[in-house]
Amino acid sequence: MSMWQRISLIFRSKANKALDRAEDPRETLDYSYQRQLDLLAQVRRGVADVATSRKRVELQVNQLQAQSDKLQGQAEQAIKASREDLAREALTRKSGLTTQITDLKTQQTQLQGEEEKLTLAQQRLSAKVEAFRTRKETIKATYTAAEAQTKINEAMSGIGEEMGDVGMAIQRAEDKTAQMQARAGAIDELIASGALEDASSLNQGDDIARELEAMSSQTEVEAELARLKGGSAPQAIEGGQDGGEILQAEPQAQSQAPSQSSGDSSEEQK
Amino acid sequence: MIVRILGEGQYDLSDDAVSALNDVDAKVESAIEAGDDASFHTALTTLLDGVRTAGVPHDADSLDSSDLILPMADATLGEVKDMLSDDGLIPG
Repeated sequence: MSMWQRISLIFRSKANKALDRAEDPRETLDYSYQRQLDLLAQVRRGVADVATSRKRVELQVNQLQAQSDKLQGQAEQAIKASREDLAREALTRKSGLTTQITDLKTQQTQLQGEEEKLTLAQQRLSAKVEAFRTRKETIKATYTAAEAQTKINEAMSGIGEEMGDVGMAIQRAEDKTAQMQARAGAIDELIASGALEDASSLNQGDDIARELEAMSSQTEVEAELARLKGGSAPQAIEGGQDGGEILQAEPQAQSQAPSQSSGDSSEEQK
Repeated sequence: MIVRILGEGQYDLSDDAVSALNDVDAKVESAIEAGDDASFHTALTTLLDGVRTAGVPHDADSLDSSDLILPMADATLGEVKDMLSDDGLIPG
């Protein structure tokens, strides 16, 4: 027997098993209708769950992208300052993030696909459930219990097949979402623990940021010095007495944020 | 004949169209038996495309059961094997 015949036979036998539940066949209709409504609710929850997972992944992509942009900026800054070593470090960290981002974007696409599939499944099932409800009322109103059996069988096998199909779709979407949630959870933990953030702004990364900052403040100081020296001689001499405090005060004010520049200011004092 | 593609819905196909696609169905089946993943995917894709092309969507609010049922487009070989065993994938 061919594959498609075998699959349809298996579906039919499962749908038939669901038939033998009630004494009065018309009760089977109500029982089945209740199950259909339950399944419909389950699909709606499924759509919502997948959408939540997709949004979570989207958020993570955005967070990692922002981090990656920051590292790119730092690399450019480092190149301008002729610090190839720092630029290389920043780009290395960025490439680690790029892999993660590509990965997450693939997941995002997959989740989007599952969401669309489930939404369509929901629409199909809704149409069938509504048709079943109408048919159920007609059967209950028109036929005696004995007569109803054939009509019920027809309606039940059609809806049973649809339910089996939708049930599988939900199962597959849940499996895929569960796998991705485990990974998304791991990335959330990384972000929350600051490990990714650290890469460029707090601990390890701060060495890039801190060095760049120190260098730029040093450059500013040099420029300021050059400007002062370039000015008229009397001013420079006056500056030599009063300006000493200014030179001292400025780097100290800056040093409140980056702790390292206190070293710079002491150098300036000499 | 009514053919269902799982996850997609039902299509109406003429008997001629179905018998024309029987060969492709046989290819899918032999790929499953051989455990040949690549030819399984090729044959399944051809079969599903054939159904979509030759068929027209069956009424959305009908309660008719299908004559033939096909796996979803992204089904794996393992999934279809499970589907073909009675207590496999298909929820009872």
